Amino acid sequence: MAIDGPTIAEVLRQQGISRRGFLKFCATTASLMALPPSMVPAIAAALENARRPSVIWLSFQECTGCTESLTRSHSPSIEALILEQISLDYHHTLQAASGTAAEAARKAAMQENAGKYLLVVDGSIPLGNAGFSTIAGISNLDMLKETAAGAAAVIAVGTCAAYGGIPAAQPNPTGAVPVSAIIKDKPVLNVPGCPPIPVVITGVLAHFLTFGSLPELDALGRPKTFYGETIHDRCYRRPFYDQGKFAETFDDEGARKGWCLFKLGCKGPVTYNACATTKWNQGVSFPIQSGHGCIGCSEPGFWDAGPFYKALSMPIGPAKAAVGAAVVAGLAAGSAVALRNRSAKKSAQAAHQKVTVADLEKSK
Amino acid sequence: MSALELLTWARGTGLSLALVIFVFGILLRLFEIFSLGRKADLSRARDTSPGSGWRTIVRRSLPPPGLFKRSPVTYIGGYVFHIGFAITLLFFVPHIELVRGLTGLSWPGLPMQVVDIAAVAAILALFVVLASRLTNPVKRFLSGAQDYFAWLLTLLPLLTGYLAFHHVIVDYTLMLALHILSVELLLVALPFTKLFHTVSVFVSRWYNGDIFGRKGVAS
Repeated sequence: MAIDGPTIAEVLRQQGISRRGFLKFCATTASLMALPPSMVPAIAAALENARRPSVIWLSFQECTGCTESLTRSHSPSIEALILEQISLDYHHTLQAASGTAAEAARKAAMQENAGKYLLVVDGSIPLGNAGFSTIAGISNLDMLKETAAGAAAVIAVGTCAAYGGIPAAQPNPTGAVPVSAIIKDKPVLNVPGCPPIPVVITGVLAHFLTFGSLPELDALGRPKTFYGETIHDRCYRRPFYDQGKFAETFDDEGARKGWCLFKLGCKGPVTYNACATTKWNQGVSFPIQSGHGCIGCSEPGFWDAGPFYKALSMPIGPAKAAVGAAVVAGLAAGSAVALRNRSAKKSAQAAHQKVTVADLEKSK
Repeated sequence: MSALELLTWARGTGLSLALVIFVFGILLRLFEIFSLGRKADLSRARDTSPGSGWRTIVRRSLPPPGLFKRSPVTYIGGYVFHIGFAITLLFFVPHIELVRGLTGLSWPGLPMQVVDIAAVAAILALFVVLASRLTNPVKRFLSGAQDYFAWLLTLLPLLTGYLAFHHVIVDYTLMLALHILSVELLLVALPFTKLFHTVSVFVSRWYNGDIFGRKGVAS
């Protein structure tokens, strides 16, 4: 997968990154990925000697939020530099070339690095009608199949590519599906989130460069190291949940004191992501720290998993209307049973025949 | 179907269906019981103990003299289970949120640790009373399949809730879905099994106390 050009270490030195800073990044990456400290030199050595891997980035039914998140999250960090140092041979939003030249760049990268390049996808793929989303007259489905054929691995970035996301939300008018529904013969790694955390991408890339393979994945295709625990388990507000201290509204005393946001609909307990530990904007904050509950954006089908502002234990269906209907039906059925019981009793009374001693004597 | 989708179904369609059957079943059973009526009591009532029905409601919740010593397992197990279950059901904050979502009513909850202890006590008590039911010849003779079924239906919500809260065996999302589904099973079965005593217990106690009062043997 290496192509000619400077190694990552050379590029970093050119950018003024010290050896100490570089090793610090390697140590952070190792600890984030739950690797032992003895692996830090291995990561450093692999990254130092790695040539820029060729990356083809395909954007399908998406909002460009994932690209925004990864490229503009913060100004120069080592993560950003690592990202910049990959050879991004094709990316609709970022590449200078357009039209035929852009497609030629994709074809060239595919040929030169056949079997070695990484394919990154954001956005879901419409199966309903090929015309719903096309690039250079090529349907998303055809382009994905064609480009994935020669890829070493596929990384589905963002919840749309990983699980369908908002295009696949009910009623899913375009018949949107995730990458994993189409690509079955390649390793597909999901980096869900709306948008996903930048450090997860760099962590996965570092792993790929160090070990030549993708990290261990969970049942939903996510790297376990970043998606192994729930937001709730790692939340700094968790002690308030345990103590039963909750914000009731977004501006009450509890909210000001930073109490748990469960009652305001926080989906932290059912959401697997690294926001609570890595945080955003270089560790500045994450949604819960800013006073808003987690909306569960890294989980499949989170758009259709009930209102964002209803507590997890609250009903989300037409429960009230259903109960109302049940009361009416119950009263009606109950009245019918009562009437039947009464008429049964009455007819039993009417049919009651008195027997006298004389009658019994007669029947002897 | 992913765990989150199962949870969404359980919180949505599943809960609505279960509540419909639960409410319909309870109303039907109450009408059935009350509309049966009783034959008119032609004898003159002994008026020596007015309010016997209401007193019985309280007195039947306490062990009669001597019985506590004779069958401590039944009484202690029964108390621990019912009190533990009530605390878990009524004072766990997510449960209060469920009631608030359905009715708009809410009240303060207890710290999670207190509820946790109550749940463990209720679960242990359920196993103790089951062991007693299986080993005591009289209880065993009186027990049918429905009693063991009711025991299981009561255990499942407590057990799955406990496992979900502590994140053991399977991940929280799936366990929470299983917990809600087990509660829905309980709601569906409640009106049509002996678990209906949840609704009828005080009605029948009042009736027994009142009729005995009329007969001059008030408690």
